[in-house]
Amino acid sequence: MTAEMLEPAVDLQWETVCPLDRLQPERGVAALLPDGVQVAIFRTHDGAVHAVGNVDPFSGAAVLSRGIVGDRAGVPTVASPVYKQVFSLVTGRCLDDADVTIPVFPARVTDGWLQVGLP
Amino acid sequence: MVVGGGLLGLEAARALRLLGLSPQVVEIAPRLMPVQVDEGGGALLRRLVESEELAVRCGVSVQEIVEDRGRLLAKLSDGVELDADVVVFSAGIRPADGLARTAGLPVGERGGVLVDDRCRTSDERVWAVGEVAALEGRTYGLVAPGYAMAEVVADRLLGGDARMTPAEIDMSTQLKMLGVDVASFGDAQAVTPGALEVVVNDPVAGTYAKLVVSDDAGTLLGGVLVGDASKYAVLRPLVGAALPADPVAMIAPGGVELGADALPDSAQVCSCNAVTKGAIRAAIADGAHTVPAIKGCTRAGTSCGSCVPMLKNLLVQEGVEVSKALCEHFSQSRAELFEIVAGAGVRTFTELVGRYGRGRGCDICKPAVASILASLGSGHVHDGEQATLQDTNDHFLANLQRNGTYSVVPRIPGGEITPEGLITVGEVARDFGLYTKITGGQRIDMFGARVEQLPAIWRRLVDAGFESGHAYGKALRTVKSCVGTTWCRYGQQDSVGLAIALELRYRGLRAPHKIKSAVSGCARECAEARSKDFGVIATETGWNLYVGGNGGFTPRHAELLASDLDTDTLVRVIDRFLMFYIRTADRLQRTAPWVEAMDGGLDHLRAVIVDDSLGICADLEAAMEAHVAGYADEWRGVLDDPEKLERFVSFVNAPGTPDPTIEFVSERGQPVPVPRSGEPHQPVAIGMPGVRA
Ligand code: SF4
Repeated sequence: MTAEMLEPAVDLQWETVCPLDRLQPERGVAALLPDGVQVAIFRTHDGAVHAVGNVDPFSGAAVLSRGIVGDRAGVPTVASPVYKQVFSLVTGRCLDDADVTIPVFPARVTDGWLQVGLP
Repeated sequence: MVVGGGLLGLEAARALRLLGLSPQVVEIAPRLMPVQVDEGGGALLRRLVESEELAVRCGVSVQEIVEDRGRLLAKLSDGVELDADVVVFSAGIRPADGLARTAGLPVGERGGVLVDDRCRTSDERVWAVGEVAALEGRTYGLVAPGYAMAEVVADRLLGGDARMTPAEIDMSTQLKMLGVDVASFGDAQAVTPGALEVVVNDPVAGTYAKLVVSDDAGTLLGGVLVGDASKYAVLRPLVGAALPADPVAMIAPGGVELGADALPDSAQVCSCNAVTKGAIRAAIADGAHTVPAIKGCTRAGTSCGSCVPMLKNLLVQEGVEVSKALCEHFSQSRAELFEIVAGAGVRTFTELVGRYGRGRGCDICKPAVASILASLGSGHVHDGEQATLQDTNDHFLANLQRNGTYSVVPRIPGGEITPEGLITVGEVARDFGLYTKITGGQRIDMFGARVEQLPAIWRRLVDAGFESGHAYGKALRTVKSCVGTTWCRYGQQDSVGLAIALELRYRGLRAPHKIKSAVSGCARECAEARSKDFGVIATETGWNLYVGGNGGFTPRHAELLASDLDTDTLVRVIDRFLMFYIRTADRLQRTAPWVEAMDGGLDHLRAVIVDDSLGICADLEAAMEAHVAGYADEWRGVLDDPEKLERFVSFVNAPGTPDPTIEFVSERGQPVPVPRSGEPHQPVAIGMPGVRA
C-alpha cells in the first residue's frame, strides 16, 4: 500500500522535504517540519514511501529514522534503535506492545521530490 | 611432599610440578582417590598420574616430620625417609564446627556437629545440614547429601517423619583430575552383599569401567569410570533400576548406546538436586522446551551440570524440535548462513533473502548478515546495500546513547597512549562539549556527540593519527595490557608489545558478538586476561592462552587452552580460534557459551584448533590473513567519501540544525543528558565521600 492511496480529503499542507534520491531504500532520514515536528521518512524495497513520528515513545529520543527497516509477516516495519521495539510503518502501531502507537503522516512523491502532509 | 592422594592432593602436586618441583604424593589408602575409585580404577589412575611425572606412594602413612638442617624430613610407615622443602597437607576436610563447640553441642571424633537420622543435634531445637553435620559420626563433602539433609529437616519442621540413612546417601561424583575423567556412583566399592562386578579395563586406551550389579545381575547398584566418563550421565540415573541391557555391552567400547529412553520415570537424572526423569518430562510437557527453561523450572542441571547432555536427550525423546531459525525470514542458523554466504559467494542481502529466505528482513537477520559479510571481507561496511543492514551503531560508527546522541571511542591499542594523544582527545572533547570517561578497556569514551558532529570530531582525531576503536561494533574491542617487562619488577614478557600487536592484528574483525582480550606480563594477572574472550598470560618461557571468559551478566573465567607458546604459535592459535568462532557461533553468542555449547567442549575446541583434527586450520589461518591484509580504518573511509558523509546530518531538510530534543545539564563539571521526566535524578551513592547533596 502506498501513502498516496491514504491521502485524506481534508486540506493538507504538503511540506517538501528532499529529493527522493536522498532516500536509500530501506534506510530512513529525519526531517524537521514547522512547529518543531520531527518525522522519520522511509522508502521501502518496493519503492513506497512512509512517514512516521521520529520520537521513540519508549526512550523519548528522536531516533526512529535510524532504525532498521524490514517486515513482519509482510507488514513494513522499523525497529527502534534504542530498545528494539518494532513499529508498523503503515499504521504506526507498536507490534511488540499493543498499547503504544506512533503518529503516521501521509507521504508522496511529486516531480522527484518527497513531500509530507501536515494537517 | 603432598600428604593425601585425593582430588585436591593430586591437583596440589601437579601445581608444584608446574612450578618446577618434584613432588611425592603419600596416600595412606592402598590407592589414589580411595573414596571415588576401586582398585582397578586406582591402578589406571596411578599410571596416568605417574606419567605426569608425579611420584606416588600408596598404603603408607606419615609417622613424623622433623626439621633437619633447614629442610624437612618425613618418616613414613614403611621406614622410608623423604626429604622435602615443602609439605602440603590435603588429607580430608575439617568441618567449621566452632559454633557448635562454643554452644556445647557434641561433635564427632573427626569434627562436625553430631546429628541423628533426623539431622537434629543433641539439642532438639538445633538442626544441622551439609558439610558441618556429622551423621553417625561421618561428614559428607558433597552437595547432594547436603540437599537431602535439608529436605529431611524441612519435612521434620513441617511435622513429617523423613529420615537420613547413611546407606542411601548418594556419593556419586564426576570430576576431572589432571585432565583425566573420573566418576563413581552408587555402590562403587561393591559392598552390597552378593554384589557382582563387571569390568572392562583397557590399559592401552587408558580407560577403565566397572559396573556393580545385584547378585541376580538384574539391577544396577553402582560403578566406577576412569579415563572416559561420558557414560556417567546415563548410567548414574539407572542405579537401583533394572538393567536395560547386558552390563558388559553397556560399558564396552562399541557396545549398546544407552539413551534417555532406557531410564524409568523414577530415575534421578539430576542427582545434585534430586530431579527425576518423570519431573523433567512433566516440565517439558508444560512447555519447558529448552535446556535453560528446564533448568529454570526444575533446577535440574543447575549444580554440577553433568546431566545437561541427558536433558538435551530427553528433549529430543519428547519430540521437541529445537528451532535454530534465525528469525521469521531465515530458517537457517547464523552458522548455516555463514556457510551459504561463504560457499555460494552470495554478496548481497537481497540475493540471500531472495534465494534462501523470505520477506525483507528485520533487525535480527539484517545485522547478522551484515556481520557475516563484514567477516568475509566485503569492503566498507557502508558500501551499497550493506549500509541498510547496519544497526544504528554501525550505521553511524558510534554508540547510540539514551538521548539520541552518540559516544566516540578512538582506538588506543593496548591502552598505551602518548601525552600528545591524550591532549588531542582532551581538546576534541572540550571543543565539542563532550563528556569524557575512562573505559574498562583502557581507553577513553567521549559522550554526547550529535550525529552531525561526528564527521568533524573524527576529522580531528584521524588527522592526529587515531582510528576507529570499533566500540560500536560486534567486533574486536580492546586488548588490555599491564606494563609487563617494560616497567614492572615482576614482568616475565613484554605484555604491552604483544597486546598492541594483537589489537592491531585483529582490529576491525567483525564477529557474532563483541570480542575482548587482555595480556598480563606474569601470573599476577594485573590485566585480568582470564575475564576475556581470549586472554594471554606470560610465563617464564612464553605465553599461556586462555579462552572463553567474560564479565557481564554471567561472568566466567577463561580456561587454559594451551601453555608455554612462543609468540608465533600463540598468534596462529588465536587466528584459528577467532575464525572458528566467527564461522560457527550463533548470533550474539559470546565465546563462553559457544565453547560451552560445543559437543566435547574445550577438549574438542583444542582438538580442532591446536591438533587440527578437522583439517581446517590452514583455511582458518588464510581467512585471518585475508582480514589482516584487507583492514582499513572505517572512519577514514567515511571522511574520504562525500556520499558516505551525506548521512551524518541531523535533518535531511535542515542539515546543520541540532535536534531540539537533545538537552544537557551539567554534573560534576561535565555535560550529561537531562534526567528523564518522571524520574528524579539522584546520585546513587550513599555515605560515600565526594557525592554532592
Ligand atoms: S601482571 Fe605481572 S608483569 Fe603485569 S603488572 Fe602485574 S605483576 Fe607486573
